[in-house]
Amino acid sequence: MSVIAARSFALPRIRQPSVLPGFGLTMGFTLFYMTLLLLIPLAGLLLAATRMSFSEFWVKGIADPRVLAAYRLSFGASLLAATLNAIFGFIVAWVLVRYRFPGKRLIDAIVDLPFALPTAVSGIALTTLYARTGWIGQWFDIFGIRIAYTWIGIVIALTLIGLPFVVRTLQPALEDLEKELEEASACLGATRWRTFTRVIFPSVLPALLTGFALALARALGEYGSVIFIAGNMPHRTEIAPLLVVVRLENHDDHGAIAISIVLLAAAFVMLLSINLLQWWSRRYQH
Amino acid sequence: MSIQVRNISKTFGSFKALEDVSLQVNSGELIALLGPSGSGKTTLLRIIAGLEQADPGGGGIRFHDEDVGQRHVSARGVGFVFQHYALFRHMSVFENIAFGLRVKPRRHRPSRAAIREKVLALLALVQLDGLARRYPHQLSGGQRQRVALARALAVEPKVLLLDEPFGALDAKVRQELRAWLRRLHDELHITSVFVTHDQDEALEVADRVVVMNRGRIEQAGTPDEVFHHPGNEFVLKFLGQVNRFHGRIEQGRPVVGTLALDAQAMENRREGEPVEIFVRPFDFELIGAGDQRPSLPARIQRVQSAGPVVRLELTGPSNEPVRVELPHPEAERLDLTVGREVRLALRRSRVFTEDYSI
Repeated sequence: MSVIAARSFALPRIRQPSVLPGFGLTMGFTLFYMTLLLLIPLAGLLLAATRMSFSEFWVKGIADPRVLAAYRLSFGASLLAATLNAIFGFIVAWVLVRYRFPGKRLIDAIVDLPFALPTAVSGIALTTLYARTGWIGQWFDIFGIRIAYTWIGIVIALTLIGLPFVVRTLQPALEDLEKELEEASACLGATRWRTFTRVIFPSVLPALLTGFALALARALGEYGSVIFIAGNMPHRTEIAPLLVVVRLENHDDHGAIAISIVLLAAAFVMLLSINLLQWWSRRYQH
Repeated sequence: MSIQVRNISKTFGSFKALEDVSLQVNSGELIALLGPSGSGKTTLLRIIAGLEQADPGGGGIRFHDEDVGQRHVSARGVGFVFQHYALFRHMSVFENIAFGLRVKPRRHRPSRAAIREKVLALLALVQLDGLARRYPHQLSGGQRQRVALARALAVEPKVLLLDEPFGALDAKVRQELRAWLRRLHDELHITSVFVTHDQDEALEVADRVVVMNRGRIEQAGTPDEVFHHPGNEFVLKFLGQVNRFHGRIEQGRPVVGTLALDAQAMENRREGEPVEIFVRPFDFELIGAGDQRPSLPARIQRVQSAGPVVRLELTGPSNEPVRVELPHPEAERLDLTVGREVRLALRRSRVFTEDYSI
């Protein structure tokens, strides 16, 4: 077995014989394109980091309490927003796939709005709504709950921009779900709730995880809409991407680079672990 | 557990899937619902299962004198096997089969050990010992359908309903599973209804065959009854190939060309009225020149002798195609060359009128 495997991997064939022409051209372009857009900027960032000593990196990128607070806020709010999106996005996708009602197409189209909306617009709109005097904020203010300029507002902004990712990845998965699976479950005596928890939910879990990962990644990188509603108070409502900008404005390039490196590494690790989780949850599929 | 279906109708929009269908399935019987697509056979099965609701105003569904028409599918105690298996992909074979036991309300749920014992016994029953840990995508189609059957049997259903259970399998596996299903039924004696559009499958496996067409039951009877005594033209045509000749009534007898048939009860048909005469391919006899029996002239167009019988394609007296099947020994005695003129004697033929068959 291993001998055969070793032999077949001894001379890997990069190019499989195919009736589709243009492998060389398209593959070459893909590599060039990815390099230009992704690899060169990232490599530049890493290269810049090498000009720093490790102790400087440590002090500016990790040990600073203001930076730590920003990380905590950024990752915490992003995780919370992605979780909210996973829950409520599931419900939205479920309604859009499973039921027929007037206005369905309209709602389906509106889901994409956060993709298209300039983030500054949604940021300003949310701030106006949730400020102490805003339409929604005034009702919370009665109970002493403040939304704008607190972490709650940040979570709301991040939830808004992440919504389409969960809905759009779940919709096809829910559409592909065979009706027979639910019927089989019902014939076997399962209640609706059991059918949902044991048949439907596990079947769409991989798609849900993908949506969650995309929403999380988007939230981590979001800047435009958050800075309007966050208030940007150091140690309290200052997100990590904003801190990068603050450092740059203070001509502290090394500080900005150190924070960027940490953000990059964290995003990479998170995406990798979610991918592993996804791979695990798809183990029973082709 | 017997099943009574009384005066059931079902419409989807303007399409009438079932029209006033009544059916009795006796306890322990294996029944085939046979018909072309759109004949309502699957709809009838799904209504029995409770996956579909019949139109209001019908007579309802009873399982052994108990009205189950209003009962939810999960409370009917039916085992249902789907054409495309409908196995839970994220569960192993073991988990699939155990599903029905695991979702029982806590006070009825068997212990873990009892579930395990039961699942392993079912795996042995469907001849899949040792595959408990596999996932559905690691199994062949035939294996998947057997897992689906074991899963349905795990909850000890009162009736077993199978919707084209072998429809998605290739011919050889189909043949094997068919015979296996019959043996399994002889072992378990669970009242079963299966839907198929394959007449061979229905005739081979079922105790009784219910032939359906356009939302109605055309005929119900044993395989012998429906095959040898078809109640009408549709049943005759659907259960195997048949040749059709255009004839007319002469002196109270149906006549094709110069061949007068011995059919009775044609007295009240008008002289010269056109009739259609049906003959199965194996109900012909090729006769020699010396034979004086009445016959039809025909010309051989094609001879196909590979297979259990020799199949001939001929052209009849008015150039209509005629299919004939002969046993090999008989075919070997005759000189069957393409282009030859032969004479066809009819062993048996059928003429259908509105409500009478001969």
